[in-house]
Amino acid sequence: MTSETAKEPWGRHKKLERNIALLGAFAFVAVIIGGIVEIAPLFWIDNTIEKVEGMRPYTPLEQAGRDIYVREGCYVCHSQMIRPFRDEQERYGHYSLAAESMYDHPFQWGSKRTGPDLARVGGRYSDEWHVQHLTDPRAVVPESVMPTYAFLKNNDLDQGDMGAELTALSRVGVPYSKDDIAKANADLKSQADPNADNADLIARYPKAQVRDFDGNPAKLSEMDALVAYLQVLGTMVDVNSAAAQEELAKQEKGR
Amino acid sequence: MESIVARAGLWLVALMFAIFMFVNAVDTGFAIHMAVFGLAALVGLGFSLVKTNYLAAATGTGVALDQGKYDDDLVRAGVILTTFWGVVGFLVGLVIALQLAFPLLNFEPFLNFGRIRPLHTSAVIFAFGGTALISTSFYVVQRTCRARLALPGVARFVFWGYQLFIVLAATGYVLGITQAKEYAEPEWYVDLWLTLVWVAYLAVFVGTIMKRKEPHIYVANWFYLSFIITVAMLHLVNNVNLPISVFGSRSYPLWGGVQGALVQWWYGHNAVGFFLTAGFLAMMYYFVPKQAERPVYSYRLSIVHFWALIFLYIWAGPHHLHYTALPDWAQTLGMVFSVMLWMPSWGGMINGLMTLNGAWDKVRTDPIIRMMVMSVAFYGMSTFEGPMMSIKSVNSLSHYTDWTIGHVHSGALGWNGMITFSAVYFLVPRLWGRERMYSQRMINWHFWLATLGIVFYASSMWVAGITQGLMWREYGADGYLVNSFAETVQALHPMFILRALGGVMYLSGALIWAFNVWQTIAGNLRQEEPMRQATYDPAADRPLVAAE
Repeated sequence: MTSETAKEPWGRHKKLERNIALLGAFAFVAVIIGGIVEIAPLFWIDNTIEKVEGMRPYTPLEQAGRDIYVREGCYVCHSQMIRPFRDEQERYGHYSLAAESMYDHPFQWGSKRTGPDLARVGGRYSDEWHVQHLTDPRAVVPESVMPTYAFLKNNDLDQGDMGAELTALSRVGVPYSKDDIAKANADLKSQADPNADNADLIARYPKAQVRDFDGNPAKLSEMDALVAYLQVLGTMVDVNSAAAQEELAKQEKGR
Repeated sequence: MESIVARAGLWLVALMFAIFMFVNAVDTGFAIHMAVFGLAALVGLGFSLVKTNYLAAATGTGVALDQGKYDDDLVRAGVILTTFWGVVGFLVGLVIALQLAFPLLNFEPFLNFGRIRPLHTSAVIFAFGGTALISTSFYVVQRTCRARLALPGVARFVFWGYQLFIVLAATGYVLGITQAKEYAEPEWYVDLWLTLVWVAYLAVFVGTIMKRKEPHIYVANWFYLSFIITVAMLHLVNNVNLPISVFGSRSYPLWGGVQGALVQWWYGHNAVGFFLTAGFLAMMYYFVPKQAERPVYSYRLSIVHFWALIFLYIWAGPHHLHYTALPDWAQTLGMVFSVMLWMPSWGGMINGLMTLNGAWDKVRTDPIIRMMVMSVAFYGMSTFEGPMMSIKSVNSLSHYTDWTIGHVHSGALGWNGMITFSAVYFLVPRLWGRERMYSQRMINWHFWLATLGIVFYASSMWVAGITQGLMWREYGADGYLVNSFAETVQALHPMFILRALGGVMYLSGALIWAFNVWQTIAGNLRQEEPMRQATYDPAADRPLVAAE
């Protein structure tokens, strides 16, 4: 311990030690700076998210599947963020672009790969494979340690108010149109119904995949929604054209 | 009398509100939670009616609270609940470790890994760690200020309100109510409740410091204060959510995509930095000097490392997002500040360890000191490992693997666990007026089981993580990837079993701890050989004489 003379170099700190308001204020200033410097610019620096062709909001069915992905905590074992390394790109596909998760509330990049990355899993496996794999993962991948999700097939997709969900999403910045919101409940059903007229749905959600996903056309199940979500992951953006756009972006002033 | 009416009225309003929300609930999970909330309000109402001394209130002869005594009721409850949540958290951890080794142990849908992994992390961080922080802060702030706890009613609300938060969060995970952001899983209404509790916590803590009879605010309180302020800030910013319906459990966060990722890891890393570091350093700064009966090693060091630590920690978040779609400049800033963070972290370690100057012999004789030393040593080790893993090239191997899991556990089990155990061992005899803990030797057993458990845990996860990282990037002579993902999963199986074994040891230690606490509270003293006595056999203490 240093002596208590007023001249000592750390004497001025004693002011803080005697005044709780001052100590609290200084501590608050100390902890707020880093966050402001790092986070705030992300909201106005243009090239944080470079625009790419093809990004669209999820259809109501895909979004309902995403809600199930969130509910079941899939993010604790699966990432959705491919890093720009040779091995990852060969294993999972082109590295993930910021724009590809711009409509994700919450983001699901994950932090751990107990299972493989899912950012570009869409179209890699058939619907039947997904249904079988979710029902009993070890039936198709013997080494897997994934839990079983057979109950998804039996659960009716909760047909609460999909319009309210889309409204909430549009309020946090996902560009759903009034039309999308009004037709949300109908879209939810018709995307999984191969006999429905889905021309309007596809016009509003380009490249939306329309079919029965869970192998049981008679039932709109949670499995339908989750598989629809998995099958759209990574398919919206044509990564080759995105790469071309990135070349353009590089010519602009750097990151 | 008015205060009784007001208090009971407040609980009644809360109860009516819960019933109203319950009736209008649009999903089952929300209805269950509102029922829990209503039940809590009912208990509150009951307590405020039953516990009142009506005669005293009516005749105006109520006895004022004895300001000459510390208010330790909550600390006593807190010590018991810390022990309880610790055992629960470790048990759930063992279950999920076994699920990863033996997937048949998943029971869909409620007990699948994806739902109970957040239960484990929250039980350990927020239930075990949070209860320990709140109860030790109430103990320490009173002693170091030489003043009774301010706002005793609010303090009770803070303590029990926080327990309600734990119950709502935990039941929510099992029911699938989550916003799927690591360590911030509770949904919007639980977040709002925690905000209320936390503001009240700040009021009680600052209020007590304002009442202080000591001129200076002790260093432990700087750390508690920065922990309370910063957690409030992190919690508020990371949980800006828009509920889909005010009568439903689900919401969407305002921040999405890349911004959402950075806000989340700014939160997530500083939950480590302020919940699990600053708060627990506060515990170190009180309990280590007390148990060692030595003053804190360096006053200057505590000033320098306090300000450096809280300033630098905030910047480190982006190291969770290396090589992602987060802009490079943010990643690099995160890496540089993480490496710098090594120094103030070790400043804390040095200050803790050097406090034992002149008392090092106690490491041999006092198992509580031994536990504290091991705790601070683990703090030093994981705050070296962390900056190392935040270097981008190291992170390219370690990220997404079990190495991260091992790193987290050497900090959580070693540093947070051991300092909490030793604080509880310090507190229990004092709070219940016992001569000492029921058994010193059991503390020693706990120490060795916990230490060995961590060694098994951390080393198996190092091997698993590096194996996984190397297998993912392994190329054959033909230029193709050698391993399928499934093969890398299979390769980890033995390591997952060893990790579970480490968990068994750590949990067994914790059970011994719980037994020891229980027996001490019950007033028992175990008849045992003291820890420090060398053997002495008078019969053998004589010269040897050749046989005739």
